Amino acid sequence: MHSLASSLAADGSWIQFNWDYLFQNLGPATVDGLTFGAIYALVALGYTLVYGVLNLINFAHSEVFISGAYAVVFTLSWLGFGPNTPNLSPIAIAGDLILACVAAMIVSALVALLVERVAYKPLRDRGAPRLAYLISAIGASFAIQYIFFNWRGSNAEPAVIMFQPKAIFDIGGTLIDSQQLTIVIAAVVMMVGVDQFIRRTRLGRGIRAVAQDPDTATLMGVNKERIIMATFLIGGLLAGAAALFYVMKVPSGVIYNGGFILGIKAFTAAVLGGIGNIRGALLGGLLLGMIGNYGQYLLGDAQWTDVVCFVVLVLVLMVRPEGILGSNLAKVRA
Amino acid sequence: MSMGQAPMGGAVEAQEHQDEQLEQARKPKLLAGVQEKWNGLERWQQWLVLAVVAIIVFFLPVINPPIITTEPGTDFPLACFDMARFALAALGLSVVVGQAGLLDLGYVGFFAVGSYVAALWTSTDSTMVHIPYLWTLPLAMVVTVVFGVLLGIPTLRLRGDYLAIVTLGFGEIIRLLASIVPALRGNVGFQNIGAPPGTHDGKQIFDNSNGTPWYMLTVAIIIVVMLLLGNLERSRVGRAWIAIREDEDAAETMGVPTFKFKLWAFGTGAAIGGLSGAIFAGQVGFVNNQKFDVATSMLFLAAVVLGGSGNKFGAVIGGAVVSYIPNRFIDIAPYKYLVFGVILIVLMIFRPQGLLGVRNHLLGAIGRLRQWVGSAPTATAGGRAATVDLPEKGDLS
Repeated sequence: MHSLASSLAADGSWIQFNWDYLFQNLGPATVDGLTFGAIYALVALGYTLVYGVLNLINFAHSEVFISGAYAVVFTLSWLGFGPNTPNLSPIAIAGDLILACVAAMIVSALVALLVERVAYKPLRDRGAPRLAYLISAIGASFAIQYIFFNWRGSNAEPAVIMFQPKAIFDIGGTLIDSQQLTIVIAAVVMMVGVDQFIRRTRLGRGIRAVAQDPDTATLMGVNKERIIMATFLIGGLLAGAAALFYVMKVPSGVIYNGGFILGIKAFTAAVLGGIGNIRGALLGGLLLGMIGNYGQYLLGDAQWTDVVCFVVLVLVLMVRPEGILGSNLAKVRA
Repeated sequence: MSMGQAPMGGAVEAQEHQDEQLEQARKPKLLAGVQEKWNGLERWQQWLVLAVVAIIVFFLPVINPPIITTEPGTDFPLACFDMARFALAALGLSVVVGQAGLLDLGYVGFFAVGSYVAALWTSTDSTMVHIPYLWTLPLAMVVTVVFGVLLGIPTLRLRGDYLAIVTLGFGEIIRLLASIVPALRGNVGFQNIGAPPGTHDGKQIFDNSNGTPWYMLTVAIIIVVMLLLGNLERSRVGRAWIAIREDEDAAETMGVPTFKFKLWAFGTGAAIGGLSGAIFAGQVGFVNNQKFDVATSMLFLAAVVLGGSGNKFGAVIGGAVVSYIPNRFIDIAPYKYLVFGVILIVLMIFRPQGLLGVRNHLLGAIGRLRQWVGSAPTATAGGRAATVDLPEKGDLS
């Protein structure tokens, strides 16, 4: 052990903290981090909602997300988008993007519902132990991943460029482009929409009731199965939207196991903000996006982003497992 | 046993008892019959049967049985070695998942650490001090135990799903570090990893292309590990693991230092994983960062769950099956992860205890006690009245 450690230290430079580089690029790192964070937050909401209602980590949610990403790529290629920037009017592009978004949302929602029916419902009917849910979800996650693998192969889908980002704002030397603005605003609007939906509507009240006490909620006439399906549906819809933004941001990132790392990061975001808490998912997502990006600039390699996120996950769980905002979907007041 | 519970306890127990009977009825008749016969044998008879089975298993690649063989698709001795190394890794994971009930999704991390230890200390590509290959096996175990404890200390306070996610993260961190840290040579990896000494007719016995000696070595190690694990299971440590698996809070309340024993389980599992990693590195002779993805972790988990969580024979058989099927049915090899994903779901729905289920003397004793209590003659009919009566007697004494 000792000689291993010393050999690495003698080799020296495998880890170095480049603070100057980070501070020089603080502005872009923050903006880009927020953009990724918005995507994490949208996916994180799927984890949070299911956790709030069923008290389970939906391990297959990352595959719900990647199915949406495949739908985006297929739709856009079908519409004629390719690796080069299309020469279309902004309105035409916006129309195409909305079409792709709708396709992704439908596909993701369908996959989410399928996972619920196949991997969760039969276990619920049999009153299985908690570990069984996790293992069957892992099974579902693997099955979906390798369906894509066998269908599309081990290479990433060819890149699809939607539009060339144009700088819009300049805040103290930091340029904010149209793409970043679109993603963050759209994500925040969606999150606020879901938050209000859970707080104000009848179905939202049902979700909160089941989260608080499933048995009593059932006695009070809440249809638990319907609520659970609604939860998976909302999570799937948001994952579909996140998939569009992800393809926008990482055009060549659609690969059969591409959902895995993003899923872990989204889960970390959910835990960071307080799993089961919708506003926590937004906060955790944005924070984690920034932390990961700072880590990348500080340590100088994109691969470090993932390591930083995992370390953040461990630290959060150790120090404050309840997350920043605390975890309770049930305590949300209307 | 819950004899001192509130009166409701009796009803619940009767219900549980009924469930158990249903469970018995649902069991396949064939397996149940074999199990009954096996339990009826004397201890020495069991050992005799096991010894015969062990000898047959030991010489499997030499016998090369016609239907079982994986040829011409895959070289049978190599397929056998693959089965053995999977079985060894599954055995290690079954300590963590099956015995102590800690879901570890980053087990491949330990496997990777073991492989890299063998590579770093024996490969010609490594600038480290070179030691004989056989010394790297205990060294790999020591180093992985250190890693297991390093991972365990911060994370073992977590439960269930959270622990699963964190260990998953650990496995990924190990893989990412293998790519990032220059000393581990990323994708280039290490070649010419050492092998046990010995020559026959001027040729090396432990050769990369010949699976038979490697298989025999691994099977011998599996047998030793199983004997040691059996002793551990019957000791205080094993009972603590079962207590933690069944109900962690209750175990803590009854004075079991749960953290300590969870760390024990993690360390033991890690050591076996590291050992199998070092053997794997020796046989293949090449290690790089591509061999340790999460998918492998999931296959190990599938092996443990398939064989029966908490049963070491089950883990060994599960590990062997998981590696055998894609080698034997070469047509389905590209679909193996898909197949195992579906198998995991189906198993959890229809037979969550796995093929063999927990074979546990302690729990068996509880079951017999429950049956005995249930069958006690009472004035009112049925076992329910008997169990309801008991708490009152307990209160009086």
